[in-house]
Amino acid sequence: MAFPVLSVIVFTPIVVGVVLFFVPADRQRVIRLLALMAATVTLLLSVWAYLNYNVAQAGYQFVTQIPWVPALGISYHVGVDGLSMPLVLLTGVVMFTGVLISWRVDDRPREFFAFMFILATGVFGVFVSLDLFQLFFFYEIAVFPMFLLIAVWGWKQTREYAAMKLTLYLFIGSVIALVGGLVMVYSSGLNTFDLLELQKAGFSSAFQHFWFPFVFFGFAILGGIFPLHNWSPDGHVAAPTAVSMFHAGVLMKLGAFAALRVGIMLLPEGAHFWSWLILVLGTINVVYGAFIAMVQTDFKYIIGFSSVSHMGLVMLGFATLNEQGLTGAGLQMFSHGIMTALFFAVVGTVYDRAHTRQLGELGGMARVLPLSMVGFVIGSLVSMGMPGFSGFIAEFPIFMGLWQRAPWAAIVAAVGIVITAAYLMIAVRKVFFGAMPERFKGHISPLILQDKIALVLLSGLMVLIGVFPSVMAPMVQSGADAVLRLVGGA
Amino acid sequence: MSFIQAHLLSLILFIPAVSALVVLMIPRDNETGQRWVSLAASLIPLALAIGLWFGYDPTQPGYQFVEEAPWYTTIHANFHLGADGITAVLVLLTTLLVPLAIVVSWNEERNLRTHLALLLLLETGMLGVFLSLDLLLFFIFWEVGLVPIYFLIDHWGGEHRQRAAFKFLIYTMGGSLGLLLAIQLIGVVSGTFDLVNISQNWSTLTRPLALFGLPIAVPIATVKSIAFWAFVIAFAIKIPIWPFHTWLPDAYTEAPTAGSMLLAGVMAKLGAYGFLRLVLPLYPQEAHRYAWILALLATLSIIFGALSAWGQGDLKRLVAYSSVNHMGWVVLGIAAAAYARGTLSAPDAVWAMNGAVLQMFNHGVSTAGMFLLVGVIYQRTKTRKLEDLGGLFPLMPIYGGLFIFTAMAWVGLPGLNGFVSEFLVVRGVWPIFTLFTAVSMVGLLITGAYVLKGIRGVLHGPLNPEWSGKALEIGRREVLAMSPLLGLMLAVGVWPSWILNVINQTVLRLLG
Repeated sequence: MAFPVLSVIVFTPIVVGVVLFFVPADRQRVIRLLALMAATVTLLLSVWAYLNYNVAQAGYQFVTQIPWVPALGISYHVGVDGLSMPLVLLTGVVMFTGVLISWRVDDRPREFFAFMFILATGVFGVFVSLDLFQLFFFYEIAVFPMFLLIAVWGWKQTREYAAMKLTLYLFIGSVIALVGGLVMVYSSGLNTFDLLELQKAGFSSAFQHFWFPFVFFGFAILGGIFPLHNWSPDGHVAAPTAVSMFHAGVLMKLGAFAALRVGIMLLPEGAHFWSWLILVLGTINVVYGAFIAMVQTDFKYIIGFSSVSHMGLVMLGFATLNEQGLTGAGLQMFSHGIMTALFFAVVGTVYDRAHTRQLGELGGMARVLPLSMVGFVIGSLVSMGMPGFSGFIAEFPIFMGLWQRAPWAAIVAAVGIVITAAYLMIAVRKVFFGAMPERFKGHISPLILQDKIALVLLSGLMVLIGVFPSVMAPMVQSGADAVLRLVGGA
Repeated sequence: MSFIQAHLLSLILFIPAVSALVVLMIPRDNETGQRWVSLAASLIPLALAIGLWFGYDPTQPGYQFVEEAPWYTTIHANFHLGADGITAVLVLLTTLLVPLAIVVSWNEERNLRTHLALLLLLETGMLGVFLSLDLLLFFIFWEVGLVPIYFLIDHWGGEHRQRAAFKFLIYTMGGSLGLLLAIQLIGVVSGTFDLVNISQNWSTLTRPLALFGLPIAVPIATVKSIAFWAFVIAFAIKIPIWPFHTWLPDAYTEAPTAGSMLLAGVMAKLGAYGFLRLVLPLYPQEAHRYAWILALLATLSIIFGALSAWGQGDLKRLVAYSSVNHMGWVVLGIAAAAYARGTLSAPDAVWAMNGAVLQMFNHGVSTAGMFLLVGVIYQRTKTRKLEDLGGLFPLMPIYGGLFIFTAMAWVGLPGLNGFVSEFLVVRGVWPIFTLFTAVSMVGLLITGAYVLKGIRGVLHGPLNPEWSGKALEIGRREVLAMSPLLGLMLAVGVWPSWILNVINQTVLRLLG
């Protein structure tokens, strides 16, 4: 039997999370090192799996299947394809950098890291699930620690409100999706939760048309789809830095990914039928999110709304239902994940030192935090789709897909790019350049090594993909092709 | 040697970017090291570009020194470089101006290291546009150049630099948005981004753009016109032509001297190059049909640019507006060529086009020189207002000589470079757009007026007592930076055929 690399990736975080609870709370150094070790192991395994994924062969790889509740057709079934492999890598990277950036968390770090690792297990689990029951199982595992992480470690002014809002939205979304999922399982008559089996169920058109919105939009709430997006900026802002990174970087991909895996892949006719609605909502996401980001005065809210805007592009890519659009959406999920993790890491480094995020009160940070500035500028360039960075590599195929599907959406969504450039350049200038307010002079401590490693790793990945798209694009393309075989080409 | 020969264009293209990273690695305190490393690094591409100039064989058709490698296979975009005569001229211009810009920035006090690195990055961006034979690659370098110049203006510029930089960025990004969408459209309908390939198949392309889920399809003619206008607007903003020029006076004036030299000297050429490389070959019919609009706008650029320059009280703004005026001639030449190719007056189109390309080179040389000289005076007096200057000739005789020499090249004195190209344009355009040419000639008069206003305002008239007794004379380093420019002005003016030979062959092929 081959080494079950995916299972090890999924369960390492939660096992270490549980072990952490047995470490005395005052041994903070041990706790941090243990957390870092676990994150490193997980990251290395993700990288190993990524490098060993055979693009030429495509399909699901590293598959493990063990019966779990045979009577109901539930099994433990994991495997990755070209779309989920990059997301596993993304989660590994965000987890590793999240631990580094949280090095200076001193409020109960043991519980903090433990919950974060439980969350990571949930996220990894969803990405590798090939069984519907198991997918929901991990999905809920991911949502629950989020609540605690925000409510306990979050920003004092809004944390209870934001945590509650976020949890309610996500539970409602998952309940709606769950209803749709269960209906699919029982009406298929196959007595199985296995996604690969359900793909062959051949649901009737009427069935697909009716149930697709439940499944797709139920999950898409977590992907931040308009008008059900407004849990996300509040959640991002209230969460502590590493959790924001997880939240915007990975968790929103979870929603989008599940909407694709369960909604579009199981109910392809429904996807064709409803794609106009996804197009409309995705376009609104892109443009509306960008406008709202533009009027924010809180540094972190800007990034929060920019995520809403960018996830709209993922939705648009899905809705094209053609090779370029889906490939672009897959790449955008990865690229946005890394980018937004970098953004929140930078915001964290500034906020930890200046204790304010108001654009009007900041200024001149580039002199004391040069690497934060570089990170933020690179993130901004990715965000505005500047060539040479991963954002361009991802957005370009999405737009090419859109031209073939809905040219109006391509034109309207393109406006969002210019607005993005405007609000990010304003933020860069107000936070990092100009004169530094007197009260900060001499009070801003430089970045620690852990911060630097995290920022460099995240920035470097985006440049790597931007300059050499072939390290990721063919893999995602193979995944998109597999989806297309189910939904029937454009 | 064979490695250099096989990868000549890549080396020219990427050596600046790589050396920018190297410069950033040098410790902040070691300013001498930063200066010399960046200067040396910018001289290598210059040497290679001279090699390209002599290695390029104008008599051979097609692109030379071609390099091709797969890049983004998912959407069929390749890394594809190549050079023809026009490229060779513009690459030479770019690689020449960057070392001069570095010499000019020698004593920059604010964060020298980043300043130099950005200049080198900018060089890669600009060269990439000239060398790309793949639409996607073209667009990438088009955009990549924006980032360094934005930061150069935003950080090292004058008093209102932030406003100028922001306006510049949003304006050009707005323009390139259309370009981006058009490139995507072309990629979708033709299935490739390869320029050579597209140029061959573009006219025979008939497959309409099918819209999924809709009963209608967009006819290919509509797609082509959309893309045509998107290209025209993006390039018109970049050059810029009236009325798309309003970002220019702010950006050129507020940019640091090195930035102004490259903005006016090279970046303005990117737009004109886009017309030559993309609009004319891909849209011969549309270009023919709408050429009069372009010619009208060019005429207005010439007239209004000259009038605005004449009305300025700020020396740098005067030079900035003069670019609108001078680039108008380039556009006028291109418009005439677009109109007349394939008709009876095709020989005139060849004249006009030769003039336009040569004017691109000449404008790059003289405007860079002019901005350099403005920078010299500003650095010493901290003012650019003509009313505060004046009577400086006795105090700085060498500077005065250089200033008058450059101004004469600018105004088109026979024997210097400006005359040759403007003569060619006028000669070529006259039979095609007689009225526009006649009106533009009035612009030449006004050009004379504003140039003389500049000379008088700086060098003649009563001396502002504030400057008397001060050592204002131009330094040896700045004279050194000026000398290649002066040499080129003279060389092109006296014996233009060394450069026109190369241009002419490519123009002949381009116009069929």
